[in-house]
Amino acid sequence: MFTPAAQAMAAQLGLKQGRANLEAFAETLQTLAQADRNVVAVTSDSRGSGKLAPYGKALPRQIIEVGIAEQNLVGITAGLAACGKKAFGVSPSCFLTARSLEQIKNDVCYSNVPAVLVGISAGVSYGALGSTHHSLHDLAVLRAIHNLTIIVPADNTETRAAVRYAAQATRPVFLRFGKAAMLDVTPAGATFTAGRAVTLREGRDVAFLANGETVVHAQLAAALLAEQGVSARVVSLHTVKPLDTATVLAAGRESRAVITVEEHMLTGGVGEAVASTLLQAGLAPRFKMVGFPDEDTVTGAQADLFRHYGISMEGLAATALALLAS
Amino acid sequence: MTDRDLALKSLALRRRLLRLIHEAGAGHTGGGLSCLDILNVLYHRVLNVSPQTVDAPTRDRYVQSKGHCVEALYTVLADRGYFPDADLDTVCHYQSPYVGHPTRKIRGVEMNTGALGHGLPICLGMALAAKLDGASYRVFTLLGDGELAEGSNWEAAMAASHHQLDNLVGLLDHNTLQITGHTREVMANEPLDEKWRAFGWEVRSVDGHDYAQLTAALTTPPPKGKPLFVLAHTVKGKGVSFMENVAKWHHGVPSEVELAQALTELTAAEAKLREVHA
Ligand SMILES: Cc1ncc(C[n+]2csc(CCOP(=O)(O)OP(=O)(O)O)c2C)c(N)n1
Ligand SMILES: [Mg+2]
Repeated sequence: MFTPAAQAMAAQLGLKQGRANLEAFAETLQTLAQADRNVVAVTSDSRGSGKLAPYGKALPRQIIEVGIAEQNLVGITAGLAACGKKAFGVSPSCFLTARSLEQIKNDVCYSNVPAVLVGISAGVSYGALGSTHHSLHDLAVLRAIHNLTIIVPADNTETRAAVRYAAQATRPVFLRFGKAAMLDVTPAGATFTAGRAVTLREGRDVAFLANGETVVHAQLAAALLAEQGVSARVVSLHTVKPLDTATVLAAGRESRAVITVEEHMLTGGVGEAVASTLLQAGLAPRFKMVGFPDEDTVTGAQADLFRHYGISMEGLAATALALLAS
Repeated sequence: MTDRDLALKSLALRRRLLRLIHEAGAGHTGGGLSCLDILNVLYHRVLNVSPQTVDAPTRDRYVQSKGHCVEALYTVLADRGYFPDADLDTVCHYQSPYVGHPTRKIRGVEMNTGALGHGLPICLGMALAAKLDGASYRVFTLLGDGELAEGSNWEAAMAASHHQLDNLVGLLDHNTLQITGHTREVMANEPLDEKWRAFGWEVRSVDGHDYAQLTAALTTPPPKGKPLFVLAHTVKGKGVSFMENVAKWHHGVPSEVELAQALTELTAAEAKLREVHA
């Protein structure tokens, strides 16, 4: 995932090596389910990908297998939630948010049941398996549906907190996880509140507003820029909806340039959400969205694709310097 | 090509498939081995298509609904001359056109698949187009048994007999396993023959590793107005002792040592086959 230089920078910053957010999710869900019989996971031949095999072994009565049938999975999750279960529907985000979109819109969000939908192996986690397995559309389509809290955690710490938040939420929640091992970026003592972004680093020249597995790259880029005398702010915009507009506006007001970073199509993603927030408040800093352009995504592993599309320490630092010089 | 020639070819292609997956570091091994004989029969004895006629409007169409077994499809297409064998070394590599699921960027691939439950509806559309044009081509799709849990298959099953699509063939790679384990434990789907019959299809059950049975089932026309469902009983991981009927080989990638052992087994099987017929 990282170049040797980026690895060295991570070590210099003391970023601890964590596990995949998916693993942190599965472990937290199992802990919650052990304490509360009402917690159930619903899977579609996806317990392996969701790292829920140990959960399934430990709590066979609290996992419901529906076979390869994602529409059925969302409907069933909605029904369970409507009858008092804390139901987590767990399936690859690519299938969950495309094939089952109508069930998400009507059965979960419109009916307003407190179901949790977990999009696993999201973004380009499946890399070279190609577009059928990428979810670069999920945040765009889900943002356009009323009554859904959308959370994209950056690291294991945010993941654990997001799962705990979702388990007690009284309205629909969508969680999005990737499968690469993450470095922990959350500062010690930080508290997680849904809808409130976390500022990981202060800075005045440029602000990186990022989420999910891209955050660490922004964090490394900020450190690289600091070596060149450029002060960069880094924010984990873990909640895509509702967006933390106060933090976004502060970034727009207090820095000369704003760069959004996301593992998503530029169309309809968090970059456009940030842009509209800034513009409607009359702010127009220098602005750049980094993510996946509207093209046939090249073949490659997630790391290849991140590098290809500039989601890397080096790529983001170069983008920042170019933007500031423009 | 005789049954024996096909059997020899299938052993060679199994070796090629395993080397490809080992090189790519990813792939669907078990399901590739279970459908390889079916693909071989389709491309050598059934489909009216070749590298020369790949764009002909009258060609037969094959859409691989269980798109995850793309490595088997690429291997068979390379062997049939649709593209150079060396291209297989680039599957899943950075910037390669050979994506890890079927893509129309590749010569001979009819549709982009990989999300399960799409092949049959697409093939219905193709079969309807043939009927509308008065064309005589046939349309084939290969489904996985775990895949059958997707409701879209059953919507298509109903529509195919309603529209009397006797130019449509659904093939089932019935290897009884999916990712999590046995299909009967994940989402029981039997009795499949009765289900497809009840939806108005002509159903033929065959040994999916028997060339003569596959050939007969696929080349004998179904009764007029009936779509054909070929229920091919197969073994996931077929041909490699330690992969056969073992769920983890769904997307298990053979290590150096495992690859060597598998290749040795397949080579021994080939030597035996040559000996018997010598
Ligand atoms: C819509 C959709 N859901 C889930 C998957 C992930 N997936 C890929 S292969 C597979 C199991 C398929 O089992 P089966 O159909 O029996 O295939 P085979 O045994 O022939 O490999 C699953 C769940 C997918 N590709 N598409
Ligand atoms: Mg199967």
